[in-house]
Amino acid sequence: MKEKLVLIGNGMAGVRTLEELLKLAPEQYDITVFGGEPYGNYNRILLSPVLAGEKTIDEIMLNDEQWYADNAITLHKGKWVEGVNRAQRIVRTADGSEAGYDRLIIATGSNPFIIPIAGNQLDGVISFRDISDVDTMLESSRKKGNKAVVIGGGLLGLEAANGLMKQGMDVTVVHLMDTLMERQLDKPAGALLKASLEQKGMKFLMEAQTEAILGTDQVEGIRFKDGLELPADLVVMAVGIRPNIGLARNIGLHCEQGIVVNDTMQTFDPRVYAVGECVQHRGQTYGLVAPLFEQARVCANHLAHMGIARYQGSITSTKLKVTGIDLFSAGDFHGDETTEDLVLQDPGRGIYKKVVLKDHRILGAVMYGDTIDGTWYFELMRDATDVSDFRDKLLFGQAHLGDSGHGDDNRVAAMADTAEICGCNGVCKGDIVDAISRRKLFTLDDVRAHTKASSSCGSCTGLVEALLSHTLGGDYSESPARKPLCACSEFTHDEIRAGMKEQKLKTIPAVQAFFEWKTDNGCSKCRPALNYYLLCQWPGEYRDDAQSRFINERAHANIQKDATYSVIPRMWGGGTTPQELRAIADAAEKYNIKTVHVTGGQRIALYGLNKEELPKIWGELNQAGLVSGHAYGKALRTVKTCVGKEWCRFGTQDSTQLGIELERMTWGSWTPHKFKMAASGCPRNCAEATIKDLGVVCVDSGHELHVGGNGGVKVRATDFLCHVETSEQVLEYCAAFMQLYREGAHYLERTAPWLERVGLSYVKERIVEDEIGRKALAGRFMYSQKFSQDDPWQERAKGAEAHEFTPIKQVG
Amino acid sequence: MNQAEKFMSGQAEWVQIGSVEEIPRLGARVVRTAKGDIAVFRTADDEVFALRDKCPHKGGPLSQGIVSGKQVACPLHDWKIDLDSGDAVAPDEGCSARFPVQVEGGVVILSLTPDEGCPNK
Repeated sequence: MKEKLVLIGNGMAGVRTLEELLKLAPEQYDITVFGGEPYGNYNRILLSPVLAGEKTIDEIMLNDEQWYADNAITLHKGKWVEGVNRAQRIVRTADGSEAGYDRLIIATGSNPFIIPIAGNQLDGVISFRDISDVDTMLESSRKKGNKAVVIGGGLLGLEAANGLMKQGMDVTVVHLMDTLMERQLDKPAGALLKASLEQKGMKFLMEAQTEAILGTDQVEGIRFKDGLELPADLVVMAVGIRPNIGLARNIGLHCEQGIVVNDTMQTFDPRVYAVGECVQHRGQTYGLVAPLFEQARVCANHLAHMGIARYQGSITSTKLKVTGIDLFSAGDFHGDETTEDLVLQDPGRGIYKKVVLKDHRILGAVMYGDTIDGTWYFELMRDATDVSDFRDKLLFGQAHLGDSGHGDDNRVAAMADTAEICGCNGVCKGDIVDAISRRKLFTLDDVRAHTKASSSCGSCTGLVEALLSHTLGGDYSESPARKPLCACSEFTHDEIRAGMKEQKLKTIPAVQAFFEWKTDNGCSKCRPALNYYLLCQWPGEYRDDAQSRFINERAHANIQKDATYSVIPRMWGGGTTPQELRAIADAAEKYNIKTVHVTGGQRIALYGLNKEELPKIWGELNQAGLVSGHAYGKALRTVKTCVGKEWCRFGTQDSTQLGIELERMTWGSWTPHKFKMAASGCPRNCAEATIKDLGVVCVDSGHELHVGGNGGVKVRATDFLCHVETSEQVLEYCAAFMQLYREGAHYLERTAPWLERVGLSYVKERIVEDEIGRKALAGRFMYSQKFSQDDPWQERAKGAEAHEFTPIKQVG
Repeated sequence: MNQAEKFMSGQAEWVQIGSVEEIPRLGARVVRTAKGDIAVFRTADDEVFALRDKCPHKGGPLSQGIVSGKQVACPLHDWKIDLDSGDAVAPDEGCSARFPVQVEGGVVILSLTPDEGCPNK
């Protein structure tokens, strides 16, 4: 027997709850929806482009009537619910229809605030909330010479004014405050916005308080408190919204500003849920899409009797496109005597950025014109990260020098549709915008799944997020406070690592059971992560799970696009011998190698091996003393060197020998992501040590240690860690740093983002200042190396893991 | 005749390929044929599935991917393929032909004739 579910309100939050519920428990409920408007569910935020003539109503529909029919949902359009008898569980509409329920969702949204002044009921006085408002505005705009006055210079008012202006009306915006969008912008940013809009023809009356609306049946004008009068044929009130709680109040549900709900979106009547703008949760109400969709997800989870999701509120930032201008704001961007303002202003480029710091942490930020770093500031703010280490670069943003794969323009609004956004997958702006519109995509994950943009290396993520807000006009990128390991789990990397240690969990199934994994075997994201974490936590005890390793690490070779593999032997410190070269050349000829290529890591790669040939070629290379270069692993890769004191007239130390010793110590180590080192013999730095995870630059007095450099997708130069005198110290500090990275970074986090996340000061504390701690870290690294330094090629050449390399059967 | 032989007698184009134990759990082995490779998968619950060892995306070897539940992630670009149907998981579109496969008395028996319906044979 199906339970009965009734939804009051046919807007975005309520219908999203139904969509999420249908994914989890499609057969559980008979669903009925009552919606006051005569339409299916549409994207209300896109009313602005409809008003501006950029989109049609059809294009903003999210769920058309066919969708309800397809999902056996009974939709009552144009029916307002008048009352609910909660004892008998019956919903009653104004026209006398009734529906019984087992569970009820109230999603009545918000009502626009109508200023209680004379004349607010005249024809031509409207708010900007729904399709009928847009129809009225468009009708008015068709009468030549009609004047429009928009009361309210906030986001909604400016969008209304812009749309009306595009439709050819004479528009004046009236605002109570002295700054436009004072909720999101500070004075300077507001002034820039006003200037830009005035250039487009919008007129403003600031610090103006409306006293009355004039006219008999039809609006004719407005009078302000100071006596000034403006003629008007259309007055749009955009002065704020209030949660629509009238019905909830009448039926006895506890309300304050909104309908009060708990973390599972239930009201005080546990059969009655509420989601969306009508809701008050932990004292907060929300108007942005991301929190509302999160509420919908939690509500659906509870309705589906799963009860494992919990809404804990959202911290939100606002990334907007207002009339084509990118804006961003988050937190408290006004500040006071206890805060510091960092400001970057470039009027020629139309850019203004302000970051408000308190106790070295971001309290708030506002950006005008260039908002590509908005997400970064928001995450720093949300995580209360101490920014002291990079305060000098904070305003210039996170974009690293030489970021590759998507050109160098950050201003997505100005880009042509043919501009390539994602260089890995060849996805251009037009593809992404088209997919977002046609397929109703809302989040970064949606875009990744449907277009592949940002799904490979991720360097274009900022651009894709900017495109989302550009196309949808609001903040849709979710920056959840907790980033779960993957879709299989609610828990974060750190929580799982801590739990693994405390609970002495020593197998992947044990971890998955303890943390209540949502899937039976995890997925291609979490299994390799868990395998690494267990290996790192329990060296010598944990039995590596080959089936949880990505193919490259399982086969100890890099898979190529045609399913052949590459073979890359190790060359310690980038040095080799004639015997080794001969062995490599002989193997290349014997196995008909198609390509011999010298890698960036200072060694030689052979291409075109079939999987079955690998153990054989490895055995032959082993004969010459060659071992695996781990070129395929989230592991220590290479230590590059330049020749140093042994040969070079500028060499201050024996960098070659140091590099070899570093490589001998660290080879075989599994790490959260690939780990690359280099040792240069003098500050000319010919081994390019300053873009390595750990780089040594030898100087006359000893060795400089540099950390956190990455030379690939996001180029980041190292931070200087410290100076040490002896090469023994270099080895100790290196082991300690690697172990700190191994124990603390998230799987697939390179040292650069890890360092930016934990801060250079933290690393200095643990590696440079805390001598005992450093030695302990180094000790743990050396201990774990005891179990890591057997050549995997040799084991397999001798027959280990034979099933990996041979077909089970050959037929014909 | 053992169970396997009983099953095969009278059925064209079926081949014994080995014991279930020879396939790693949550993994796969490859059957090499004149018409191309077939990937034979074994789930955590010892269910066995067989698909053309070619991802509908760019032909990657599905046999080398990570298996979870009843899906495999292609090692080249991480497309998820459903083992039971051979279909790519939405929103990706495409399929790898499904080959009938049985386990009789612990022996894996594979048909070399793929099911109809998928052009990626």
